[in-house]
Amino acid sequence: MADDRSEEERKKTEGGQGPFADVDLARRMAALSRSLEEGKRGRDETARRFEGKGGSGYAAAMRLASEFVAGVLVGAALGWGLDEVAGTSPWGLIGFLLLGFAAGVLNALRAAGKIAEPDDRLAKNKDGGPSRHE
Amino acid sequence: MANEAIAQADRVDPIHQFHINSLVDFGRVGDSPFAFTNSALFMAITVVVIVGFMLLTTRGRGLVPGRMQSVTEIFYEFTANMLREAAGTEGMRFFPFVFTLFSFILVANLIGMVPYFFTVTAHIVITGALALLVMALVVGFGFAKHGFGFLKLFVPDDVPAAIMPMIVAIEILSFVSRPVSLSIRLFANMLAGHITLKVFASFILSLGAFGVLGWGGAILPFLMVVALTALEILVAFLQAYVFAILTCMYLNDALHPSH
Repeated sequence: MADDRSEEERKKTEGGQGPFADVDLARRMAALSRSLEEGKRGRDETARRFEGKGGSGYAAAMRLASEFVAGVLVGAALGWGLDEVAGTSPWGLIGFLLLGFAAGVLNALRAAGKIAEPDDRLAKNKDGGPSRHE
Repeated sequence: MANEAIAQADRVDPIHQFHINSLVDFGRVGDSPFAFTNSALFMAITVVVIVGFMLLTTRGRGLVPGRMQSVTEIFYEFTANMLREAAGTEGMRFFPFVFTLFSFILVANLIGMVPYFFTVTAHIVITGALALLVMALVVGFGFAKHGFGFLKLFVPDDVPAAIMPMIVAIEILSFVSRPVSLSIRLFANMLAGHITLKVFASFILSLGAFGVLGWGGAILPFLMVVALTALEILVAFLQAYVFAILTCMYLNDALHPSH
């Protein structure tokens, strides 16, 4: 019966007086939650798109560079410190500089999402938790 | 006259803005001076601005937020979503920490953009302390939650025993380099940005001292300064965001045995 009614009649019953008010209300609620859901999805998508491009590209570049440099610096510093303490100069510096280089590459690859994060190893079951990486 | 102006412009010291001056001296602790410095003043201003803004904008407690309340709510939701996405719902226990860190760095960066104001985050002491705080939290919570199982963070599976020591050493170095990269990135960005701004601004002065022809030339560095200012504001947001999101990801390391 509700289907036969014209748009105007529906509007009249919107006050909640008519026998079809509940149906109307339910339909409007459904429409509202649907559009809310769509809005939410749209927001997420715009957010993700923003992450992928523009300013965030600059951020990614900065991150990759600094991760690599930090690895090398930390390696060199540790090696130098070890040499100072143990008097093994220059072998600590050489060895740890090389290791630091490797750690820097590891950092950079990890920052780029090419290698699994170390915490994935703590996972009991390793079959494909979704990657957190962009 | 022109020469004087040139000499004046040449004396512009791009590093001067980072000088730490003590405002109130409390004497010495051991060998080091203990004072309320301009850095401390601007940290205090940062905190006051954040707390004041949050309190004032949410005072209405509108169910339908007003314009300013919306800003605060968006900031809250943005941080919460970032943390939830990186560290899961369980990570929300660190929300106060991450929110504090994010807002502090963001507001400190932005306050640094105001002319004559001091940029707190352009000092590696500050950024280093923040990064070490994050790492201390990660290590402390990791050990508290997993015990010595947390050390598995450094030991990959499926690695031949022969090269295991090297891999572990590399993993440990990689972990130790995290606070370094975290702190250096923020500090270097803010430092380099503010120095660049100052240097280009001093070009305007130097060129302007050459008279009419110089004024024409001074337009170029002036445009550059305008563009750089916009870029620096972007960088201020971006670096705060990067610091915060990396904090979330590191916290995830400590949190999640099963991702």
